[in-house]
Amino acid sequence: MSRISIKFEELRQKQEGALIAFLTAGDPSPTTTLKLVNILTKHADIIELGIPFSDPIADGSTIQRATDRALKRSTTPDTVLSLIKQIRLMSKVPLVILTYCNILLKLGVATFVKRFATAGVDGLVVPDLPLEEAGELLRATKEHEIDLILLATPATPHERLERICNVSSGFLYLVSLLGVTGARKELSPSARSLIRKVKNISKIPVAVGFGVSKPEHVASIIKAGADGAIVGSAFINIIEKNLNNEKRLLQKIDSFGKSLKAATWRN
Amino acid sequence: MIYVDKFPVVGKFDGFGGQFVPEALMPALKELEDSYQRLKRDQSFKSELNGYLRHYVGRPTPLYFAKNLSKKVKMKVYLKREDLAMTGAHKINNAIGQAILAKRMGKSRLVAETGAGQHGVAVATAAAMLGLKCDIYMGAVDMERQRLNVFRMRLLGARVIPVKMGSRILKDAINEALRDWTANVRTTHYLLGSVVGPHPYPMIVRDFQRIIGEETKEQILQEEGVLPDAIVACVGGGSNSIGTFYEFLDDSVELFGVEAGGMGLNTGKHAAPLLRGSSGVLHGSCTSVLQDRFGQILPTHSISAGLDYPAVGPEHSMLKAKRRVQYDSVTDKEALSAFQLLSRTEGILPALESAHAVAYLKKMPRRFRNKLVVVSLSGRGDKDIETVVRALGIKA
Repeated sequence: MSRISIKFEELRQKQEGALIAFLTAGDPSPTTTLKLVNILTKHADIIELGIPFSDPIADGSTIQRATDRALKRSTTPDTVLSLIKQIRLMSKVPLVILTYCNILLKLGVATFVKRFATAGVDGLVVPDLPLEEAGELLRATKEHEIDLILLATPATPHERLERICNVSSGFLYLVSLLGVTGARKELSPSARSLIRKVKNISKIPVAVGFGVSKPEHVASIIKAGADGAIVGSAFINIIEKNLNNEKRLLQKIDSFGKSLKAATWRN
Repeated sequence: MIYVDKFPVVGKFDGFGGQFVPEALMPALKELEDSYQRLKRDQSFKSELNGYLRHYVGRPTPLYFAKNLSKKVKMKVYLKREDLAMTGAHKINNAIGQAILAKRMGKSRLVAETGAGQHGVAVATAAAMLGLKCDIYMGAVDMERQRLNVFRMRLLGARVIPVKMGSRILKDAINEALRDWTANVRTTHYLLGSVVGPHPYPMIVRDFQRIIGEETKEQILQEEGVLPDAIVACVGGGSNSIGTFYEFLDDSVELFGVEAGGMGLNTGKHAAPLLRGSSGVLHGSCTSVLQDRFGQILPTHSISAGLDYPAVGPEHSMLKAKRRVQYDSVTDKEALSAFQLLSRTEGILPALESAHAVAYLKKMPRRFRNKLVVVSLSGRGDKDIETVVRALGIKA
């Protein structure tokens, strides 16, 4: 069983949902990312790090800006690799990498997976790589025993959803709405019905993301039967508001992370 | 037949192409492909489209023997006059086709990207005529350098949304249009303007542009009784060139695609992915891309907004790999002087995009001296007057 699967099993027994915290690696700088991860591991059950790609079509403006800041600081896949090695020195938290297809292809799919798996990554999300194009990556992730986490959306037809559930490992990344990432005021109503739909099809743990930005959203997702909630842009909004005050940034991330985690308790 | 009607095979052009998009778009791409495959055989769709092309767009566009230009370049040059099509460029062929398709698919809204504004104007025109809502994404840099087209789109009732992310040109406008489509996929059709993006777009846009080459073939045979020795067209995303070349792919006609050389291929300030790029994925398609060693997409430069794009249609990547089309480039400077040459010899102000194709006549191999050459004049230059006047330092 992968570190991610074990985490979901542990949390199930404790009657908790998973808090999955996303950050763009290198935003606002690689050293700050390391400090942020260090704080978030107190609250989050899984850490998801984005390797910045110049043209992130699945992301909204918040993550696009985070990407631009990270690229300005010359964040490369190698930078992220060394961050991961440093995180692994201090924590056993399950780590997921999110990046776009072209970053993988440039390094070579097999090389990419090998390097990141060896550094201690547990799972991979590639938002512009649908099932049909995932063959090579699937083989590589199996060989190096890391999870390939696929996405499903409210537009995914039933039969396709079944196939995605069968192929995805670690967990299924459920996109709560039709659209791109970014904090929203309200949780999309389609999230709840989609969770139920997947739960009827498969036993794979389900984590909901896109627009999940408040403790209330997290609580309502977990209550609807999901196994985890993924929060990204809301953290990045805090980063963006505190670019010139690192101490305050770390405090804010700490207290926000704490409030999100409290919302994952089932009792 | 080697090429015509053979590709794409399962969405790919010999390894190029594909569908590298977020999961949310996969059902929409399937719906689009199914609808297109059904409608392209449908008699009423075909006759509606052909009716508009003839009576609204003004097709067939002329094939004009450019006698004065011919003397200057020592070749027998014909110009395929897409600049005379409604809205002033070939873009309308695809815009009308896809807009009718969208309407028949039950979509009420169109989104599109635009670089030079010619595609945006074409989509806004089709939307106005067919009664569809229309939002156009345009890079802030392009809105500045092609502002006449911004006014045109707004007058046609479209909303023009400035894109201030990234390099603020065509590439970034496509990102935003894709994001919009992802969020509104049930009501909205994304009317992509070039042979780029995920399958089925490179196929659909090509098919709607094939008419350029079909007419050219008929016209040149009527005028000259033989096929041309060579055909020249500019390549940004590559819709004009593929549309012009396609009908000739299986003939013995040499084909030349001209990319934007910008300040020169060795300066790094250009938009020539086929000449200086490498295989990668951008906007849902695997193709030649200008990228750094980590896979980040590089900034581009061209005086022509319509060619200022770091990737190219996947079918072009295949045609280059198979050596069926020869790709080369001309610089901003060469394009500007071709703009002047055509203006003064023939009284035709070409679009800066099309001026790249005209400029290439001077760089063609010697074996074409006195030979029969067709240049695809993709659009007219009214939109570029401000840019050209500034670049040449002309005072009012």
